[in-house]
Amino acid sequence: MKETKILTEKLSLFYSEKQALKDISLEIPEKRVTAFIGPSGCGKSTFLRVLNRMNDLIDNVRIEGKVYVDGVDIYERNIDVVNLRKSIGMVFQKANLFPKTIFENLVYGPRINGINDKKALDEIVETTLHQAAIWDEVKDRLNENALSLSGGQQQRLCIARALAVKPEIILMDEPASALDPISTAKIEELIHDLKKKYTIVIVTHNMQQAARVSDNTAFFYLGELIEYDRTTKIFTNPSIKQTEDYVTGRFG
Amino acid sequence: MIDLTKKHKDIPGFIFINLVRLIFGFLVLLLFLILGKIFIEGIGVISFEFIFDEPRNNMTEGGIFPAIFGTVAVTLIMVLMAVPLGVCSAIYLNEYAKDTFFTRIIRTSVNNLAGVPSIVFGLFGLGFFILFIGQGIDEVLETGLLFGQPALIWASSTLAVLVLPIVIVSTLEALNSVPKSHRDASYGLGATKWQTVKNVVLPQARPGILTGTILAISRGAGETAPILFLGAAFFLPNLPVTDLCIGDYCIPMINPAKQFMYLAYHIFILATQSANPTKTLPLQYGSTLVLITLTFLLNITAILFRYRFRKILGKL
Amino acid sequence: MTPNNQESDFFNKAANSNYGKKIRKSTRVKEGFIKFFFAVNGAMALVFIILIFVFLFKEGFKALEHIGLIDFIFLDRPEFDGTVNRVYEWYPTSEEPRYSLIPLLLGTLLTALPATIISTIFGVAAGIYLSEIANPKFKEFLKPLIELFAGIPTVVLGFIMLVIGASFFNELLHPANRLNAFIAALGLSFVIIPVIASLTEDALHSIPNELRMASYGLGATKWQTITRVILPAAFSGVSASIILGFGRAIGETMIVLMASGNAANITSSIFNSVRTMTATIAAEMGEVSQGSDHYYALFFIGIVLFTITFFLNLIAEVIINKMRKKNTF
Repeated sequence: MKETKILTEKLSLFYSEKQALKDISLEIPEKRVTAFIGPSGCGKSTFLRVLNRMNDLIDNVRIEGKVYVDGVDIYERNIDVVNLRKSIGMVFQKANLFPKTIFENLVYGPRINGINDKKALDEIVETTLHQAAIWDEVKDRLNENALSLSGGQQQRLCIARALAVKPEIILMDEPASALDPISTAKIEELIHDLKKKYTIVIVTHNMQQAARVSDNTAFFYLGELIEYDRTTKIFTNPSIKQTEDYVTGRFG
Repeated sequence: MIDLTKKHKDIPGFIFINLVRLIFGFLVLLLFLILGKIFIEGIGVISFEFIFDEPRNNMTEGGIFPAIFGTVAVTLIMVLMAVPLGVCSAIYLNEYAKDTFFTRIIRTSVNNLAGVPSIVFGLFGLGFFILFIGQGIDEVLETGLLFGQPALIWASSTLAVLVLPIVIVSTLEALNSVPKSHRDASYGLGATKWQTVKNVVLPQARPGILTGTILAISRGAGETAPILFLGAAFFLPNLPVTDLCIGDYCIPMINPAKQFMYLAYHIFILATQSANPTKTLPLQYGSTLVLITLTFLLNITAILFRYRFRKILGKL
Repeated sequence: MTPNNQESDFFNKAANSNYGKKIRKSTRVKEGFIKFFFAVNGAMALVFIILIFVFLFKEGFKALEHIGLIDFIFLDRPEFDGTVNRVYEWYPTSEEPRYSLIPLLLGTLLTALPATIISTIFGVAAGIYLSEIANPKFKEFLKPLIELFAGIPTVVLGFIMLVIGASFFNELLHPANRLNAFIAALGLSFVIIPVIASLTEDALHSIPNELRMASYGLGATKWQTITRVILPAAFSGVSASIILGFGRAIGETMIVLMASGNAANITSSIFNSVRTMTATIAAEMGEVSQGSDHYYALFFIGIVLFTITFFLNLIAEVIINKMRKKNTF
């Protein structure tokens, strides 16, 4: 039984008066892949963004309840959000590389942490590109514009960029939804490798992907956590009827 | 895990972000100081007489009515020329033109026209409108030297060319904001392009066009350099009006061939060439206050209009 | 497989019905005229630029017939002691008319460059504030404030600098001349800051939010995101705004006419009075007789002015277009 990395207690989120998340309590184990599934608009991406406080960047958002990472309440007053985000990496739905070279994109994170030594940066670049399984494809093109890569390559580069700040947790918000099946397969393979070292939380609207890739799955509907269990159980023998209806395709 | 409770020291960020805030605040403060000063010094002079009376005693007394009248007359004719031309240009660029080399050149010309120095417009007005067109008209109509000299019509024409980019850009923005789906619906019902433009696009674009017109008027009223030698005068005994008589009935009409007084020009001369600067200083502030109030009212109206216009679209 | 007679029925219908007539009736001719009408209007902006070119050059080039091109740069004056003095002066109304544009060019630069430098600092800062730092609700109200700034007539700004600014800085700095390039540059800044601020804000605002999210997600602070991601990405837009601001500074007339002192000296101190090209045309055109050398010389200055601003505008436009093509977001 793996240790808990992230724990939420009755987490609710409000956009002004409208409640988007209702009393979500869940435990995410370390060095596993946890998937959030559910139909569009059910709050899974919103909940993901609670974990690294990206929702703070939106106006009129209010949180109730608690979120603990490694036992620390991350919404406590004296928590430094900037440091928090350095310890939790995020990969977005569409690759959002900066209009700079591949090298510059990768070293952006280390640079803002004060690492400027060329040798150290080169090492970081090589390590993360290997971890993201894209080293061979770009090792001779490090000084080219990152936007010249294909969609799948860009997304894997985003993963490498997130790894460069040495997070312990990686959050992925529908990372393969904009990609073709071959690139998707490469990303799923990557996730499988990464979970040996990192805690991964992935939001996906593709149920088959969740079944392929995750150890635990949480089913969200209309802002509530309906069921959370081992992936095999959710997809073969769910306890709640709503879960069963969703995974068998009766709605969504 | 990184110690999350240790505060991340971002001293440079703190300094620079607050520096930027300070700079912006300083600019706003400066704006209000200038406006305030003009208001305080000028308000004492403003009276019914000041606005509606003629200047007397070598500009040291009296009012500035002819300058206000001249400004209104010139900008009125300017708008009558610039708005139809600008709107039709924008309609072509947005509704009819394909993305060819030719249309790109036209768009570049619009941007370039916006960047031409105002004094160069003055030279253009002199060289083209007065010397070429004006003298040409005089030759053809054999009117001697009537149109081939500084006159209201040429000032209006030159200012019309100057504000043309403003009208075009505002209209383009207005046309662009009409959703494609509305045009598609019209075509789907079997309407021609012109019918679509006339009945679907233009009515929705009207507020934007109005905004552009107001901004053009404000710009035209504030310009001095182009009209320096196109007909503006410091003191004229009469308004640029003549009576148009049909039988016994005479209507006073703006005479485009006459010279005129102009508020912006008046301020310039008062400030730099008045015979008695101490006596005229209050009048300088007063005239400036009137001009600023005029341009500001116009600008604020245009901004409010555009704000409401965008809000309505946002809700659609 | 349709049997032959059924097929011919289908096509025979067309020969007898009105449908064919109805959908063939052409609106093309009328629409063609309308399109042509609008196209003519559309081309007018181009026509006017060409006309400005033509009529400026028509009068201005006549200057070259009467005054040599070299005379627009310097005049070699033989002195009493036999030496020859190379003079760079603009003094068309003296007995020995001098037409050197050098003092005027210097005057323009001495006012436009400091103005652009000051305005870049303040304008880009204001643009950053509006786009990245200001509360979005406030911004609705603040951006129009900058536009109001831009709406102040230049004659009013010249008046302010003449009446208030000059005295204020005279007390503070004790310059060589009360009205000088520095005062004029300050006045110019009031015009150019809104230009740069507005265009910078547009450029920064058009950078997609995804990039900001990526930067924050990696744990960057707001200032790091602005300086390392947003500003570099908007670099061409901001540069174009500075170039346009510079062009505006060069072309401004009323402020320099009223506040720069109007002395056509060659000087390197911004606390001396100077004369710009624009002020020269504005001040002297009213007093020349048509057809005189002086008259043509003023048009020649107009050509120089127009050419400079034309190219500055063109460069800015090219930069903006290249930026639009590169940003394949």
